[in-house]
Amino acid sequence: MKVKTKHIMNLFYIPALLLFVAFVVYPFTQGIRISFTNWNGYSQAYKYIGLDNYIRFFKDKNVLGAFVNTIIYGFGSTIVQNILGLAYALFLNSKFTGRSVVRAVIYMPVMIASLIMGYIMYFLVQYDGGAINDLLILFGKAPVDLMSQGPRAVLIMTLINILQFVGISMVIYLAGLQNIPEMYYEAASIDGVNAWGQFKYITLPLLMPAISSAVVLNLIGGLKLFDIIMALTAGGPGYSTHSLSTMVTNMYFRGQHAGYSATIGIFTFIFIMIVSNIIVRYFDKKEVEM
Amino acid sequence: MVQNNKRAAIWRTPLAIIIVLIHFAPIYILLGMAFKSPKDVTSRWILPGYIYKQNFDIAINKGNMLAGLYNTTIITVSCIVLIIVFGALAAYPLARNRSKFNGGIKAFVLGIMMVPPLSILVPLYTVMAGLKGTSTYWGIIVILTAFQLPMSIFLYTNFISAIPTALDEAASIDGCGPFRTFFLVILPQLKPITASVVILTGINCWNDYQFSLYMLQSPKIKTITLTISSFFSQNSNNVNAAAAAALMGILPVILLFLSLQKYFIKGMVDSAIK
Repeated sequence: MKVKTKHIMNLFYIPALLLFVAFVVYPFTQGIRISFTNWNGYSQAYKYIGLDNYIRFFKDKNVLGAFVNTIIYGFGSTIVQNILGLAYALFLNSKFTGRSVVRAVIYMPVMIASLIMGYIMYFLVQYDGGAINDLLILFGKAPVDLMSQGPRAVLIMTLINILQFVGISMVIYLAGLQNIPEMYYEAASIDGVNAWGQFKYITLPLLMPAISSAVVLNLIGGLKLFDIIMALTAGGPGYSTHSLSTMVTNMYFRGQHAGYSATIGIFTFIFIMIVSNIIVRYFDKKEVEM
Repeated sequence: MVQNNKRAAIWRTPLAIIIVLIHFAPIYILLGMAFKSPKDVTSRWILPGYIYKQNFDIAINKGNMLAGLYNTTIITVSCIVLIIVFGALAAYPLARNRSKFNGGIKAFVLGIMMVPPLSILVPLYTVMAGLKGTSTYWGIIVILTAFQLPMSIFLYTNFISAIPTALDEAASIDGCGPFRTFFLVILPQLKPITASVVILTGINCWNDYQFSLYMLQSPKIKTITLTISSFFSQNSNNVNAAAAAALMGILPVILLFLSLQKYFIKGMVDSAIK
């Protein structure tokens, strides 16, 4: 291709780049600047306070609690979604009647807005008349106020996130399984390798690229958890169920600590970047080894 | 081996039923509640033997559900158009001119995909307020487009890379410049991947809550998620009307999913497998 043609062609990505610069990169650099100020979010007056917000971050019990919750939301969801997603995929990879119905029912919630999913789940976990308490009463147990304690509410919301998005890892694994040639298994069974051996030496290694994609997708999704928390607890009781994302909005719009809120945002960004980079590198290495 | 398979087949059906029951339970509860009268105090597990339409009347009249659906439709459709056009355009040079510089641009685009939206909420809100873009259609449209574009560029770049360059070269010999080559040769071939782009990014725009919550503060321009969340906080005593509102909010995507299931799943797989 001629050099001139190439230069003209490169103009095609200018509109996209302009959007990124205006609405992602520029705000991001501003975010770094604001994170060093004591700005309240609306007044003209503010001053630079150096690393004060960052020091405050590591001393703030509520924010550190939100950080721990974020890790539970992110890693808890990822671990269960992948094990369960793989189990579902292995199950659905065999032929039986109603298979496509099962797949549709598991995958459908992925399409639903997480916020609305949170509200639907409210009908199940509600204390008065909630569907789960109805079942408890039916079996002669006392009803439980499921969302009243922070740690339990965090686990329940992790579970809700898993239930909603396990379909993503399931379809990724299903596609991965369908790419493994049947003859590998045939050869293995002729050699007398049992089902577990086939899973360990054929299925798992060949699924590595799928595992890598599913883990990264689930992890980023879980670490960004926001809508479900807003729908079910809005971070409460107290600050016990906040994630870093809900903490950012809480500090900005409720607490009017825009500078501090920007600091939490920048920290969240750096944390997610580091974690996803480590994971991607780990799986790249694994794929090469295998 | 054959016997083994038969034995395996027997436990499959009950297991399939249990899985379906667990995963469908929330939707089942929602359906039952949406059609039940608020005076009916039977368990939420029991479907009503009648249809109580008033829940939907309340959701539509008091909850402004139709306005919410209208706003969300305008925003989603505009975003999808921009995401397709800008995405396909940007992908063309990235797939065809594999220079070091363009490799850097590609890495930059993938980096944008990693930015957690809320980490830049404070400055983004300030920028939009400065541009007078809060509570406007264009404001939320450019933000959602900017955050969904990387996925679109990623999918189109992978797809165009797999199209043989012989066609481009033929067009170039016939005297087509890059513009005509793109519009006449490349664009018509992008249909299958465009389906994936529309589904993946469209769903994210339709379901958006975190940006809309802060960028659309005027009650006149509420999206479906905002409409439902304010309806829930105002009608916490009428859970049945709230259920009707939630059902109306998810019905469009569910119907779309059930009719185009194959494309939805293909889209997901396209986006995940490099």
